[in-house]
Amino acid sequence: MLTNQVLPFAGVTMLIFGFALDANKAVLELVAPGLVWLATMFSLLLLVQRAFAVEGDDGALDAMRVAGVDARAIFLGKAIGLAIQLLLLEVVLLFAAVVLYGETIPAGGVVLLVTTLVSATCGLAAVGTLYGGLAAGSKGRETLLPLLTLPAVAPVLIGATRAVESALGTGVAELSDGWQWVGLLTVFAVVFGVGGALAFGPLIDE
Amino acid sequence: MHSCVESSGVGIAQKSVFDPIEVSRNSVQPVAAIGNDDDDVSSDPGPTATSSGPVIELVDVVATLGQFPALSGATMRVDAGEIVLLRGPNGAGKTTLLRLCAGLLPVVRGNATVMGHDLATDREGVRPHVGLLGHQNGLFADLTVAENVRFWGATVGASTEEIGAAMERMGVADRLADVPVRKLSAGQKRRTALAGLVARRARLWLLDEPHSGLDQRGRDDLDATLRQAAAAGATILVASHELDRAESLATRIVGVVAGQVTAGGTRLLRGASPGCSRRRICASSVAAACSRIRCCRSQA
Repeated sequence: MLTNQVLPFAGVTMLIFGFALDANKAVLELVAPGLVWLATMFSLLLLVQRAFAVEGDDGALDAMRVAGVDARAIFLGKAIGLAIQLLLLEVVLLFAAVVLYGETIPAGGVVLLVTTLVSATCGLAAVGTLYGGLAAGSKGRETLLPLLTLPAVAPVLIGATRAVESALGTGVAELSDGWQWVGLLTVFAVVFGVGGALAFGPLIDE
Repeated sequence: MHSCVESSGVGIAQKSVFDPIEVSRNSVQPVAAIGNDDDDVSSDPGPTATSSGPVIELVDVVATLGQFPALSGATMRVDAGEIVLLRGPNGAGKTTLLRLCAGLLPVVRGNATVMGHDLATDREGVRPHVGLLGHQNGLFADLTVAENVRFWGATVGASTEEIGAAMERMGVADRLADVPVRKLSAGQKRRTALAGLVARRARLWLLDEPHSGLDQRGRDDLDATLRQAAAAGATILVASHELDRAESLATRIVGVVAGQVTAGGTRLLRGASPGCSRRRICASSVAAACSRIRCCRSQA
């Protein structure tokens, strides 16, 4: 799924962004962090839909509920699976930004960059799993999922973009500014991680 | 017009995959052990003998699917070891009834107790005791047959031997074991799902059209499995439109019509009689749910 569907989709999205901005290198370098996270979030929707289709297609989610599988375990399993795929995707997208947009990654910003990726990914995975479970049982899940998820992950989009800007030294961003955004991303991940684990059972039950 | 089916015995002499079921709690009356001569059918709506309380007890239960009242005042009692056939037209509420008993649907009104758990307050409590096979198989398409059965067995801590026995029981142990489920035919998927159900050692089996997609041998295997599970103390609810086969399997038939359960249902008693080596059961018209059932001996 990740290699044959999501990665090509994300790669094409990055390319299209380049076309939309008229291949202006100066602009692309400036907005690259935001474009990377936008492509990540669009790809998140695909990954979440696929993650729940694995069970939804043949009623395995119901079967797991009947089998007494702990809903928190299902939530954590799905969130961890999503997080691993998202991390791989983000690394590839950053590489694409370097190749397509001429972005550079200074050595001093690597720690901030990695921390940002990890904390933002945890938040995205938690939100995606929570709303994926909610949308999985509804008939209009294809449209319901983005409608629920994209507004909810807006803080991650903003925070992760600012933090990556700081890590890459894009525009006027300072390295120290980035850590504040990482703090926000971490709080977001913890809140949705804990809240999602607790709410997931009742959500898929109803 | 009567449709007739032959039931050629229910005893199964092979290693039991049902041993771990808590048989001692219930006084089970295996189907094959009930002897009779002329009165093969009883309309007695009462439950079969059991030393403990009912496995399922519904009193005036209302359940909805969205705004639609899928069950509107269902009343039913099922005791341990029974194989109950839910019979009724499409949309009558059979699937809803099964899902309700599995703790997947909330009780809007009425009293519903399953395996001693009040479904109004403790739906999760009933689930570990239940094996549900709905229209869908509940399988993971990317996993192999063996991995699927192992997964469902692991939910109750089944041993490797028990899982192997369950797969053997449903005929998916050998050449199918390592095949991904997505490559299986519909019947093979059904067999795999049933093997998972056997591996789960459920005390209450809720089966929605279980024969669907199975070939003749698969159907026979399933029926034998269900009879053995019931003999070991499991309780089984089957919703089916394959009436001949399902009626030959059931110890009782309950009609479900327009979201209501006809009280008690019709109990079938059958067994071998002198001069008759095989039991023959004739089902009357299938038009009305829970209609008359007549049994007759072969005179030919």
